[in-house]
Amino acid sequence: MDEALHLARAQFGLNIAFHILFPTLTISLAWFLFIFRVLYQRNREPAWLATYKLWVKIFALTFAMGVVTGIVMSFQFGTNWPGFMRKVGAIAGPLLGYEVLTAFFLEATFLGIMLFGMNRVPDWVHMTSAFLVAAGTSLSAFWILALNSWMQTPAGHILDGNQYIAADWIAVIFNPSFPYRFVHMMCASAITGSFAVAGLSAWRLLKAPDDAGARRTMRVGILFAAFFAPVQAFVGDQHGLNTLEHQPAKVAAMEGLWDTQKGIPLVLFAIPNEKTKRNDYSIEIPKLSSLILTHKLDGEVKGLNDFKDIPPVAPVFYAFRIMVGMGMAMIALAWFGAWMTRRNRVAPPWVLWTFAGFTFAGWVATLAGWIVTEMGRQPWLVTGLLRTADAVGTISGAQLGASLTAYIVTYSGMLMAYMVVLTHMAGKGAKVAEKEVAQAGAGLVPGAAG
Amino acid sequence: MDMPLIFMGLMGVSVLAYVVLDGYDLGVGMLMPAATEEEQSVMVSSIGPFWDANETWLVLGVGLLLIAFPEASGIVLGALYLPVVAMLVGLMLRGVAFEFRMKALGWHRELWNGLFWLGSFMASFCQGVMLGSYITGFQSDFINYVFNILVGASVCGGYVLLGATWLIGKTEGDLQKKSVAWARWGLLWVALGVGLVSIVTPLISATVRAKWFDFPGTLGLMLLPAASLAAWIWVWQGVGRFGRGQAVHDWRPFAGVVAIFVLSFIGLAYSIFPYVVIDRLTIWEAAAHPSALKVILVGALIVLPFIAGYTIVAYRVFRGKAKAGLYD
Repeated sequence: MDEALHLARAQFGLNIAFHILFPTLTISLAWFLFIFRVLYQRNREPAWLATYKLWVKIFALTFAMGVVTGIVMSFQFGTNWPGFMRKVGAIAGPLLGYEVLTAFFLEATFLGIMLFGMNRVPDWVHMTSAFLVAAGTSLSAFWILALNSWMQTPAGHILDGNQYIAADWIAVIFNPSFPYRFVHMMCASAITGSFAVAGLSAWRLLKAPDDAGARRTMRVGILFAAFFAPVQAFVGDQHGLNTLEHQPAKVAAMEGLWDTQKGIPLVLFAIPNEKTKRNDYSIEIPKLSSLILTHKLDGEVKGLNDFKDIPPVAPVFYAFRIMVGMGMAMIALAWFGAWMTRRNRVAPPWVLWTFAGFTFAGWVATLAGWIVTEMGRQPWLVTGLLRTADAVGTISGAQLGASLTAYIVTYSGMLMAYMVVLTHMAGKGAKVAEKEVAQAGAGLVPGAAG
Repeated sequence: MDMPLIFMGLMGVSVLAYVVLDGYDLGVGMLMPAATEEEQSVMVSSIGPFWDANETWLVLGVGLLLIAFPEASGIVLGALYLPVVAMLVGLMLRGVAFEFRMKALGWHRELWNGLFWLGSFMASFCQGVMLGSYITGFQSDFINYVFNILVGASVCGGYVLLGATWLIGKTEGDLQKKSVAWARWGLLWVALGVGLVSIVTPLISATVRAKWFDFPGTLGLMLLPAASLAAWIWVWQGVGRFGRGQAVHDWRPFAGVVAIFVLSFIGLAYSIFPYVVIDRLTIWEAAAHPSALKVILVGALIVLPFIAGYTIVAYRVFRGKAKAGLYD
């Protein structure tokens, strides 16, 4: 049974981690596309149309990856965690249902018009479609994060027989951690999208330094990143304080804090030792964590040894450092990039290489953040209400193992193909797009666009 | 209000919508190897604007199973675990292959074409296997495996027929002529498949037998197969006229095939009702907490008309014959 639990978790974790990569990009890319489309509408510059046409293809690819991996997840709720629906289905069900009804159909249907309908519908319909796709992706994030946050910090529920039902839907949806998590995730998406836009444009500029459209697109990406990365640092800090209030054991794992203490240090690096219940090789800054978490130099923070249920410490501890480190690096690079490209200056190749290298940096930080928050919730599936071990299904270890292997093979292939195609398209894509500008421009004049 | 019954109806509509809508694009995927490179490009264009939304009906269908009948969802998806995983891998392959093939050239495009076909076939076949296993209550005797494979093959035939008649409506010239030939094969395949499944199902399932062979109710029930046969003949004649170059409405064959699917679906639903897991769990036993069902129903009643509305808008925007070169 224990083996099946681990395999069920490994499999679900793999799926959800692979899935989250793509919505993280599409949520913000959809808004980027809406902006590119509106900019083209306003000044009719072919360069913006070229940008739109290139990025709409990248968006379509990313969206498709998100759709197909999302279908897998809709099945895995039932196969891997039947106990989840049995116990909290009356709350999780409606939230998932509203996501499908209000968001999935909206984005999938208008995506068709957004992708292929530019010359078939009036401009305002096309722009509205781009807007609805963007609104749909954000709405989808709203519902799924409401559910995820409720699992972290449940509220508004009552026990009816042996299952939990909603007593107050507003309290369920706007549970204590939801506003923080939602804004944190939306910023993560904005940053991930910004670095993808900047990075792939940099890649293009390395191949074709004269591409003015790519230079401008890169600048847009950099400016958004330079705005959202520091905002995210603030939002993340607020989210951390909220976690300290509602899930203190998670924060103790993030900080690598074993004993309850006053004036706890900020642990820069250490190897948490779960056997001896202390950190090995710790490098610390005295009292800084107390200052950050309690706003007092000698504030007391509860340590892991004083909690009955604690998450696995090492993964949460390391993932938190990866997330924060990546975030700091992204703030620095975005501001540096903004300075280097000021007043339309041309960035030197080594800066372009750095941005190209940071294309998928947002993914690393986002995944690390998800590991912090989801592993940090263990051993609970729904904090205080349902343990992960009590929700697992009866699928045999052998079946789980076989399917896990199939997923790993499929996902590795998909991810490799995705990254190759993306860089390939970005590298030469603008050229194709320019050719299309001529065609689209010709098509637009005689009233095809309304 | 009988909530579980309403949700059974909603789930049925979602699954039927999925089968018809994704059925045609899966069918087009399975027909790809039979077409030339230029024709493939047109075929892909004909389904490009729709396939994402089509697959969303599957998410809604399985979502409704999960949230309205959670108990059944655990049993059904647990028993069908391996075909479900294979179907999902198939759907993933074809979804990404569809996108990748448009951006690739040369042998890369050939590779993605191959994966697009393979994924479409895997997904269709597994859906049939799942259906076969579902209506016989997940028994695992040898005869059941043979039956499941038979249903799998029939579903492939049904989707090929949907795909071929979709292409008759969406294309012109040589490709349309080819589609007419494909539709003929599809019709024969479906006749054989549906016939065999209709005969074998009552033989291996006592529950289904009892429901269909209970005189005099049986006489009324025979309207269903009779109507299916009539629809089949109507499609066969329509396709025949296309073959002889006579005037027929482009969408008549597709409409007829949809009718066959709807009738077969009603027949299946009748076989299973009121069970959600045959012989084990009725819809009332499996239903979720009434408070949850009420909340979802309110949302569904508000949102579904909008979904229907903008789906119609999307199909209107992309009406007419498909052309190669989707992104231009």
